[in-house]
Amino acid sequence: MRYKDTEDLKIKSTKTAKIEAKDLSYKTLNEKIREALKNGCKKIVLDNVCGQRYIGDGLRGNDVQILIKGVPGNNLAAFMDGPKIIVQENAQDGIGNTMNAGEIVVHGHAGDIAGHSMRGGRIFIKGDVGYRAGIHMKAYKNLFPVIIAGGTCGDFLGEYMAGGLLVVLGITHNCTNPTSCSPEIVGDFVGTGMHGGMILIRGRLDTRKLGREVRIAPPSDEDISILTAHLKDFCKYFHLDRERILETSFIKLYPYTHRPYGKVYAY
Amino acid sequence: MAKAKKLSEFRVERDEEKCIKCQVCVRMCANDVHTYDPETDTVRADSFKCVGCHFCEDLCPTAAITIEYNPTQTKENAHWKRESIYDIVKQARTGGILLTGMGNDQAYKNYFDHLVLNASQVTNPSIDPLREPMELRIHLGRKPDKIDCRLQMTEEGRKKYQIRTRIPPQLELEVPILFTAMSFGSISLNACKSLAKAACKFGTYWNTGEGGLHRDLYPYAHRAIVQVASGRFGVNEEYLERAAAIEIKIGQGAKPGIGGHLPGEKVSEEISHTRMIPIGTDALSPAPHHDIYSIEDLKQLIFALKEATRYTKPVGVKIAAVHNVAPIASGIVRAGADFVAIDGIRGGTGAAPTIIRNNVGIPIELAIAAVDQRLREEGIRNQVSLIAAGGFRSSADVTKGIALGADAVYIGTAALIALGCHVCQKCYTGKCNWGIATQDPYLTKRLNPEIGAEHAGNLLRAWSLEIKEMMGGMGINVIDSLRGNREQLRALGLNEVELRLLGLKHAGEAW
Ligand code: SF4
Ligand code: SF4
Repeated sequence: MRYKDTEDLKIKSTKTAKIEAKDLSYKTLNEKIREALKNGCKKIVLDNVCGQRYIGDGLRGNDVQILIKGVPGNNLAAFMDGPKIIVQENAQDGIGNTMNAGEIVVHGHAGDIAGHSMRGGRIFIKGDVGYRAGIHMKAYKNLFPVIIAGGTCGDFLGEYMAGGLLVVLGITHNCTNPTSCSPEIVGDFVGTGMHGGMILIRGRLDTRKLGREVRIAPPSDEDISILTAHLKDFCKYFHLDRERILETSFIKLYPYTHRPYGKVYAY
Repeated sequence: MAKAKKLSEFRVERDEEKCIKCQVCVRMCANDVHTYDPETDTVRADSFKCVGCHFCEDLCPTAAITIEYNPTQTKENAHWKRESIYDIVKQARTGGILLTGMGNDQAYKNYFDHLVLNASQVTNPSIDPLREPMELRIHLGRKPDKIDCRLQMTEEGRKKYQIRTRIPPQLELEVPILFTAMSFGSISLNACKSLAKAACKFGTYWNTGEGGLHRDLYPYAHRAIVQVASGRFGVNEEYLERAAAIEIKIGQGAKPGIGGHLPGEKVSEEISHTRMIPIGTDALSPAPHHDIYSIEDLKQLIFALKEATRYTKPVGVKIAAVHNVAPIASGIVRAGADFVAIDGIRGGTGAAPTIIRNNVGIPIELAIAAVDQRLREEGIRNQVSLIAAGGFRSSADVTKGIALGADAVYIGTAALIALGCHVCQKCYTGKCNWGIATQDPYLTKRLNPEIGAEHAGNLLRAWSLEIKEMMGGMGINVIDSLRGNREQLRALGLNEVELRLLGLKHAGEAW
């Protein structure tokens, strides 16, 4: 799906800013974004983004939306606390680094360490995600981070994961038949060092790929209802059929203890 | 098999004549060493449990208690020392990694003790710091290569200089000493408060460590350096916003290359709140930052933080002093850091594997000299401020560190000693009798933050007076002129290699 103009953001807002990002350094571009926000803009459309880093870095405000046309650079939405960012194409490494709240919607693939140490908010990736997605994600009180990848993921998914929800669907991975996909949804060492939260993998899973700290179980009704709620928005963004996705069962991975390394020390 | 004999490091001696059976020691020792036997009306001690913190000795109203080092119990052996034997016994029973607290206690060569300072005689006058102006103020941060300064005439016809160069953000310190990173978690809130207050009062900075910023510490946040470590605990936009500066923690002198681990039982409600993790879960700090595998990656995090704080505050990087420290520091400067903190092999900790603490890293003296030298050779020394850490015990160590090339010095253990610490090295047990390295409310209330702040502040005052005396003696009245001024140092009893590495002449050699 393509967002043709600002109307596609479908939000009621008084002020919209359109920024031409071509040939701008990240510093200038981000200054312009902050400037627009300071002027009361709530919607910002960035045209021709090409690798500029740190877009949305440290931005606050639940009512702020940024539409990125092009490919943003690393650390998109790092330390972000509230806004929503839509990326029309691929995103690079480190999206949502230490993010506190907000939403990132990526219509293509995303690079490594998506959601590093993310504490809240949601990251929806239509395609694949790289290595170490959701590393050290953690939940706290009413903050509950969620990452859903429609495609596959690289090694070390959910490493050190301490809270929140990580979902890998494996449906958009070069595969035309979402119901019978896919042999290699996850990479190796899934959930190594995991000590909190939940990973849901759709379809089959080779147990040799699991880290030592995780256990397998069928998801409970409650798990499924949490998943269903987030999938609803995921499917809305990417025009996918939720019911069909849910036809295939999910495997739940959870840490066998929230104290994986409690016994290695002599006191 | 014989019963495992526990190590009794100390002997608790009680002078029965002096003991009035008040039982203060019974109530106060968190290690339950003392017990009262009502039948015989005597207070007894189980020396095996004593960690040698001297708290009871300090409290006993009649000075009846003496804590003594227990003479060796094994046959004297220069190789198989008592510690080695008992460590093996402990590990044979538990199969675990040995833990410890505080800094390296091994008898490695201490270079500070082999350095002497200069003083003026005849050929240039010394300065009396009590009567003449003496400046200890420094600015930490990136300095421009050159400054564009224009002379202007005001409307009233007066001369005025205007600096046109944009100066990057700086921290202004009234004394070149900062309190090093100690998290709420590794130390008590009262200990944090004591240091934070003292830093604010004295015009220097304290460091949150990787434990987040407790709301009770918000009033002191304008003088806080906040850490961003691999676990990112407590890091959010507000945390970055409140701080004076940000420090990316890569490593720590007491445990270079390994991660941190606050056990779940220490994650109380308050700690859970500042670290922003649920109560009772282990707070695991991975060994590396997984978004940093290279200098280029480090640059990204530095600039992600600068962008998030709109280039308004310095962003520094803390590393442990390791073999390659000089090229690494050079990379860090080139990655855009405003300051580099280097923690030597004697750097303290709340908990670290003993084997790591005692065996990994290099002394800070050599690291300062190597880094300062390298940055000068590359012509980038001005681009960064260098904070040295790891075992600074006195104003002399600080002065020598600055003369070797540091801009400022972080103190940790020395600051805790000012609050009462007796360096018993049991910080990891959470039973610190002095109310410092503990979260037990019964123990933490022993440390009054007002008094703690006063003592920590007194230490800063005393050391600054002494530094001024030493500077005055050298005929230097601005601390900036001492930085990297190695002619003011001479070495005593060091070999050629050491002299070369430290960039020093031996005592006896003239300029
Ligand atoms: S208070 Fe400290 S010195 Fe005294 S007996 Fe207890 S552990 Fe030993
Ligand atoms: S802080 Fe407490 S436990 Fe740690 S060395 Fe000092 S007195 Fe001992």
